[in-house]
Amino acid sequence: MKKGQFILSVLVANHAGVLTRISGLFSRRNFNIDSLNVAVTEDPLFSRMTIIARGDEAVQEQITKQLDKLHDVKKIELLTPEKTVLREHLLLKIKVTKKTRGEIVESVNIFRGRVVDFNLDSLTVEVTGESDKLDAFIKFVSQFGILEMCRAGALAVKRGAMADDSDK
Amino acid sequence: MKATGTKVIIETLIEQGCDTVFGYPGGAVLNIYDELYRNSDKIHHVISAHEQGAAHAADAYARVTGKAGVVIATSGPGATNLVTGIANAYLDSSPIVAITGNVALPLLGKDSFQEVDITGITMPITKHNYIVKDVNELADVIREAFKIAQSGRPGPVLIDVPKDVQTAVCDFENKKPEKMERICSVTEKQLEQVAKLISESERPYIYCGGGVVISQAGEEIEKLAAKIDSPIGFSMMGLSAVSADNPYWLGMTGMHGRYASTKANSEADLIIAAGVRFSDRATGNKSRYTQYAKVVHIDIDPAEIDKNISAYFGLIGDVKTVLTKLLAKLEKKTHTQWMDKIQQMRIQEGIQFVKDGVMHPKDIIEKVMEYTDENTIVATDVGQHQMWVAQYYRFKKPRTYLTSGGLGTMGFGMGAAIGGCFASGCKKTVLFTGDGSFGMNLNEMATAVSNNLPLVILIFNNGVLGMVRQWQNTFYDQRYSQTTLNRKTDFVKLAEAFGATGFRVMDIKMLKEALDTAFKTQGPVVIDCSISQDEKVLPMIPPGGSIDNIITR
Repeated sequence: MKKGQFILSVLVANHAGVLTRISGLFSRRNFNIDSLNVAVTEDPLFSRMTIIARGDEAVQEQITKQLDKLHDVKKIELLTPEKTVLREHLLLKIKVTKKTRGEIVESVNIFRGRVVDFNLDSLTVEVTGESDKLDAFIKFVSQFGILEMCRAGALAVKRGAMADDSDK
Repeated sequence: MKATGTKVIIETLIEQGCDTVFGYPGGAVLNIYDELYRNSDKIHHVISAHEQGAAHAADAYARVTGKAGVVIATSGPGATNLVTGIANAYLDSSPIVAITGNVALPLLGKDSFQEVDITGITMPITKHNYIVKDVNELADVIREAFKIAQSGRPGPVLIDVPKDVQTAVCDFENKKPEKMERICSVTEKQLEQVAKLISESERPYIYCGGGVVISQAGEEIEKLAAKIDSPIGFSMMGLSAVSADNPYWLGMTGMHGRYASTKANSEADLIIAAGVRFSDRATGNKSRYTQYAKVVHIDIDPAEIDKNISAYFGLIGDVKTVLTKLLAKLEKKTHTQWMDKIQQMRIQEGIQFVKDGVMHPKDIIEKVMEYTDENTIVATDVGQHQMWVAQYYRFKKPRTYLTSGGLGTMGFGMGAAIGGCFASGCKKTVLFTGDGSFGMNLNEMATAVSNNLPLVILIFNNGVLGMVRQWQNTFYDQRYSQTTLNRKTDFVKLAEAFGATGFRVMDIKMLKEALDTAFKTQGPVVIDCSISQDEKVLPMIPPGGSIDNIITR
């Protein structure tokens, strides 16, 4: 987590336009959003959004309260980084030559990534982890030449067995 | 029973207690209007000259009655013409339900004739909005829309209904409307803490906003003031909440607030703010605003607490409920020194006011007050005249004052006066407007005349865009860029062309004669009042300033 960043886990109604409502609220209220991830939950009536936003405590409070006013927002949780499992997903297409291939594959292994596409002159790898880990990986392999990068926003769940007591 | 989408719409509106709607027909709402035609005995539809006027009328109707106002418009331009009206209602927390038609489902997204994404457009200016794609959901969506519009902090809701959903058939059963409950999440401990804070205060100031009007908590505010011996100041939206005859009344505070109210606000050691949102126009410099004062902020919207001003205590809940609970915890207090000081401020305020020989706006307002009573609905447009009304008109009852606060919509007045007049049961209604604002939506004169509405429209005519000119005078070295209108519009002839009566008055004697006739006339009357173009709204605190920078003459 970078300075001033915080994680919101937002349970929302799963229908058209909800993403626009949420992202629109952020831009309208002049809030910063660093990443947003959304997909349907085990209950098809609801989606869960994981939002990484930035701002001081006052901003954090305003974002939470303003989100809470939206009719489609069912539950908001502010997750503390220490008690949260946070994962980002990276797909990276890297330029390879016969000479560099070995070193790249080795670095993928060190970062516990996987090669998902293999060509003569390129490799596509996936790496999962916290933001810093992915940053470090990208920094390392950038020397070989990055052809394409695709990085998903963070997913987050609270640690421990306590289930999400959402008020569905 | 089986019902078409349009039948569902009309039946649900009736079920929700709606008997008046404002709107304008068009291609995508032909079916709704066909159903309205058949139900004209149950729902009175008022056609405006332009959808914006209808939206303002619905907004005003809501402000007067406390029930959601309903406006109907067709797709495309009909829907976009509502936008200013919806934004206006949103900023002033006014419950309206806007129903728009849209092109049929298969045509959606194809840039079809008169198609716009009105739910997308109105997302940031509605509490919630819907596009209904399945007729089976329509009835419950409308019910939910009314609930959202009227509950908690009220606001506008829009429902977009594609044309083929209007004609589709579904099962329909009437349901009773849900009862609105007063929300209050305040704990005993919080109340005790606040009561302690109040009892320790030596210079309390009650700051009363639109939320007090909405919550009908004027009585509780008066009780509070009497119990703790505290003056009451108002945001513009809160002005009518307590009668101007109340001994603790100081009137509006803020940029163009009355001197004593703004001064007391800045010298208080405790501000008990109820149903306000601390707009920049009300606070000016925020750190100076709370330099000496702790703030107790009572509001139904949790997001308002600490949004603009950080509160020492935030009490979340319906203002009336919170105040009732709080009153039970308070002991009787007197603040002789503070109230003496307030009295000095009032005297100072009286001395500051100077006027020249010509007809001053204050004179016009005071003359009109001789003809109106405490129940008269008074609407304004936006600009200098609006501030003068806020400063000098002595409102006695809540829900009698219709003005565009948050959005500051020039052109609000005509639609608002029409909506307010209908809501009052077509009683004599007064509109104060300016030549600039009136020019924006004077087309609604046609609506007023068609309905023979008893409107008395006073145009404060200075031939300029007075408020902007005042800023140009004060902050832009008198470079009057595009504010000197000097239009040749003859408002008397204009009134007559619409089928109304018109007067032009140059002094108070002429005004009296015109008002004598106007208040006896059944239909709308326009009184074009000539005022000086250099008349300023005073006092004035420059934007971002404070009481220390107040301009009094």
